[in-house]
Amino acid sequence: MAKITFTTHDNQTFDVEGEDGATVMETAIKNAVPGIEAECGGACACATCHVYVADAWMEKVGNPEPMEEDMLDFAYDVRPTSRLSCQIRISAELDGLAVTVPERQG
Amino acid sequence: MTTPIETDVVIIGAGPVGLFAVFELGLWDLKCHVIDILDKVGGQCAELYPEKPIYDIPGFATVTGQGLVENLMEQIAPFGAQFHLNQMVSKLEKKSDERFLIETDAGSRFLCHTVFIAAGGGSFQPKRPPIPGIETFENKSVFYSVRRMEDFRDHDIVIVGGGDSALDWTLSLQPIAKSLTLIHRRDAFRGAQDSVNKMRALVDAGHMNLKIGQVTELIGSDGHLDMATVKTAEGNEDVTCTRLLPFFGLTMKLGPVADWGLNLNENLIPVDTEKFQTSQPGVYAIGDINTYPGKLKLILSGFHEAALAAHAAKKAANPDERVVFQYTTSSSSLQKKLGII
Repeated sequence: MAKITFTTHDNQTFDVEGEDGATVMETAIKNAVPGIEAECGGACACATCHVYVADAWMEKVGNPEPMEEDMLDFAYDVRPTSRLSCQIRISAELDGLAVTVPERQG
Repeated sequence: MTTPIETDVVIIGAGPVGLFAVFELGLWDLKCHVIDILDKVGGQCAELYPEKPIYDIPGFATVTGQGLVENLMEQIAPFGAQFHLNQMVSKLEKKSDERFLIETDAGSRFLCHTVFIAAGGGSFQPKRPPIPGIETFENKSVFYSVRRMEDFRDHDIVIVGGGDSALDWTLSLQPIAKSLTLIHRRDAFRGAQDSVNKMRALVDAGHMNLKIGQVTELIGSDGHLDMATVKTAEGNEDVTCTRLLPFFGLTMKLGPVADWGLNLNENLIPVDTEKFQTSQPGVYAIGDINTYPGKLKLILSGFHEAALAAHAAKKAANPDERVVFQYTTSSSSLQKKLGII
């Protein structure tokens, strides 16, 4: 289990528990975190589960694979810390992870 | 105007559920025409996740999106449904003779007794990039596809995107453009390597510009574009632009379904669970587009809905006939329809 904090664009925070092996996107949907749409259901085939990873967590979370980088082209306001949350898999290492949800998805 | 095609059933949407409806309707001798906005059959399975395995199709431990679509096409082949791709249904209207008139944005027209709406999450439409005020330029200076290349001749063209659409149109329009600028978020392209090489050669020869950045502002008036502001690593830059072509992929929108006079509930079509009929008798809705108590958006649920709706449509079309339910394993008449005997 890992604690994950989602901050929405209007500064609401959601502290939720994510199971090991689940994705950050699934954890957001399960806990009704607003702003994560996940239109394709986690296939890395849309860009509607876009989040910004907190700077301090960038190294542990790592960089997107090429396929995810391609999908990020379709996201809104892409920044160096942008990731698709369906491609971040939770492990104990990510306990305390903080991400921000963009103002809109696409 | 073209003479309408007369048929028993028009199916709107060629996703897995629309395709399986061809099978179920075919067993009842109902002929189908299928319309889809994409240029291929398969809906989300083909567009969003062709290579992804699906694990909850009964009888398949695993099958990819594209694999499922191919199997369905084989399964429905005996029924000879006709497909009308690359077009969106723009109108659905009940005529005085109780038939429905359906028109598409490509000018196809149909007259049918029964309509199956299997439109999934709605129609796939080009994504509008998040540039303030872009909608005021649409269809005058901003286009999401190229219908006629001549409309772009001698224009200052800006193309945005990094996939095959962006690259292909860059290569096709560059020879007739006054100037052409390709803008992409990063200096890596998803498109075919050969196209990328050709594009880079044109840049090196000074025949076009490539800018790495994002369009943040459009400048012009009355729908006529003059400039696009591009935010790059070096700062903001204005690019002369009288035609903008953004290629930001597809998104699902409910689209014209909302204009057909059917009751809707949060962009879904409420149906009963006996016939999967909408508020308009003769119009059925199956798959992800419908809603009812307990609804699950699963392909297998859509298949079940297709079977029941087809049965209901058969009974409605032939009110005086005794409709006898049969099994494909044992019915010689069904096996004849399937071309087995």
